[in-house]
Amino acid sequence: MIGLGLPRGFLITLKNFVRPPVTEQYPDRHVGLLGAAKEAGMNPVHFLFKRPGDSIKAIAGLATVPVAVTQSSRFRGNEFTFYEDRCTACASCAKYCPLGIIEIASVPGQIDAQEGESYKLEVFDIDIGRCMFCGLCVEACPYDALHMGTDFERSKYVRDELVITKEELFAAPKRPSAFYRPQFEEKRFDPFQETIDDYHNAGRHERPSDEELKRKWVDER
Amino acid sequence: MAVKTQPVTVNLGPQHPSTHGVFRMRVMFDGEEIVDVEPVFGYLHRGSEKLAEERTYTQIVTLTDRMDYVSSMLNNQAYILAVEKLAGIEPSPRGVWLRMIAGELQRIASHLVATGFLLQDLGALGTPLIYSMRERENILDLFEMLCGARITNSYLRPGGVFMDAPGEFWPALDRGLDDIVRSIDDLETYLSGNEIVFSRTKGTAVLPQELLINASITGPMLRASGVDWDLRHRAPYDYYDRISFERKLHTASDNYARYWVRVQEARESVNIIRQCIDQIEPGPVRPSFDDVPRLIRPPSGDAYAAIEGSKGELGFYLVSDGGIAPYRMHVRSSSLINLTLLRDMLIGGQFGDLFVTFGSVDLNMGEVDR
Repeated sequence: MIGLGLPRGFLITLKNFVRPPVTEQYPDRHVGLLGAAKEAGMNPVHFLFKRPGDSIKAIAGLATVPVAVTQSSRFRGNEFTFYEDRCTACASCAKYCPLGIIEIASVPGQIDAQEGESYKLEVFDIDIGRCMFCGLCVEACPYDALHMGTDFERSKYVRDELVITKEELFAAPKRPSAFYRPQFEEKRFDPFQETIDDYHNAGRHERPSDEELKRKWVDER
Repeated sequence: MAVKTQPVTVNLGPQHPSTHGVFRMRVMFDGEEIVDVEPVFGYLHRGSEKLAEERTYTQIVTLTDRMDYVSSMLNNQAYILAVEKLAGIEPSPRGVWLRMIAGELQRIASHLVATGFLLQDLGALGTPLIYSMRERENILDLFEMLCGARITNSYLRPGGVFMDAPGEFWPALDRGLDDIVRSIDDLETYLSGNEIVFSRTKGTAVLPQELLINASITGPMLRASGVDWDLRHRAPYDYYDRISFERKLHTASDNYARYWVRVQEARESVNIIRQCIDQIEPGPVRPSFDDVPRLIRPPSGDAYAAIEGSKGELGFYLVSDGGIAPYRMHVRSSSLINLTLLRDMLIGGQFGDLFVTFGSVDLNMGEVDR
């Protein structure tokens, strides 16, 4: 009915005006006294007497606490998790990359070859500056050696620093994303709380027992 | 005493927030009246069709995300349908249901964006845009659960989708659908009956039905003129033949009708998703790698597949020479074709209606220029 449209609209805006905000503050959130005390792990009264300076700041609305952004466990983050012990240097990831930004070089690893394989990684560079995080490399990996990461804060001042080298990949904390890795979801692995350090636990299948291996490689031949 | 006026030419864009990307119009005004319009586009041309010629069929999915970047899932769906037709792939049922759910969610998100920006162009600074973006954010959260990305999804693969939905997706989807229905109710309460919206959009930029059909306009623009043309109903792809839904038509063919059709379609998409949830069956989400290998080599030939995208008929035409990459890919982008009537819509109108009319087309420069 003509004439009622505007008042009805203003009722909706009024409803939205009083509902709690949906904005997520990032990277820090402003807190009051209660929030600051909770962050410090004390009760508010204790906090007020022990740390009067911080309390005044908190009451004035100047105290901030860092915020953990909520993400899905399948989030395709911009740092990769890599298990060198699972990698056989097959270069599937480099082949499937639509942009060709994975550089991989392998040598016949005679001396420190891992069991069951004969190649050793020499170069494994991912140029994150050109990566679009489609995840096709992760999907292509037949041995679950490469996983997407969950972190997204990786800004740098120089483009060259955006190239992740082999050493960096090895040293990075192992927080693999559940993208294309249903086994992590079955195990209820939470990449934001824990890490998977043992490469045996990152695979798609259970680790075969010694008897099974013997049967497969010795008895059936 | 009559005021003597002289036509003046103004360049609008390409760096203008109301042009939905980088679009340029050379407009000639006589006072407040638009005398001539010359659209100039190509500022966002990235050569996706050419790039596709040196990528494998799976890798091209990532390129289609970036064409119409507010409805990536629907782009994925159109492309994957063309690949399946070309290579003769039989998709997995669960994968098809999942991609229909994802596509309809994306349609709601895209229509919300269109409505929000239309109202922004009308001068409703902020409020409708922020409300619709807030609801779109929930849909993007659902996408993040499904595939790990919010906008550049790359969720679909030839034969289905790459991964089944996680367990927490289904309750979140139920909650999300209820929220969407509530927000569309709100949207209709404060916009569809709003007198200011009426006075600004009713009767402006009216397009006759014959002209729309002759210019092969599709999507909400065509349905706003009363033509019952929806590919989901006329040429059902995926499992749309097992879904019953109402096609919402309006006959006025003005800016308000185009807005109204979009809002009603978003509401109808919720119904479609609910039917999909009822009918979805367990099973694998994509065929095994023995049936559909990672590296597809379709036989020589060509295929065209089209879906009802959020903006109209979105079609992919693929030509294969038997290799791992298409010989040629062509995109029938609905945004570009819907843009062809811009002159007919604008000339004779007022300056204040220019961006409203432009927004009611709901185009996306990423898709126009590709």
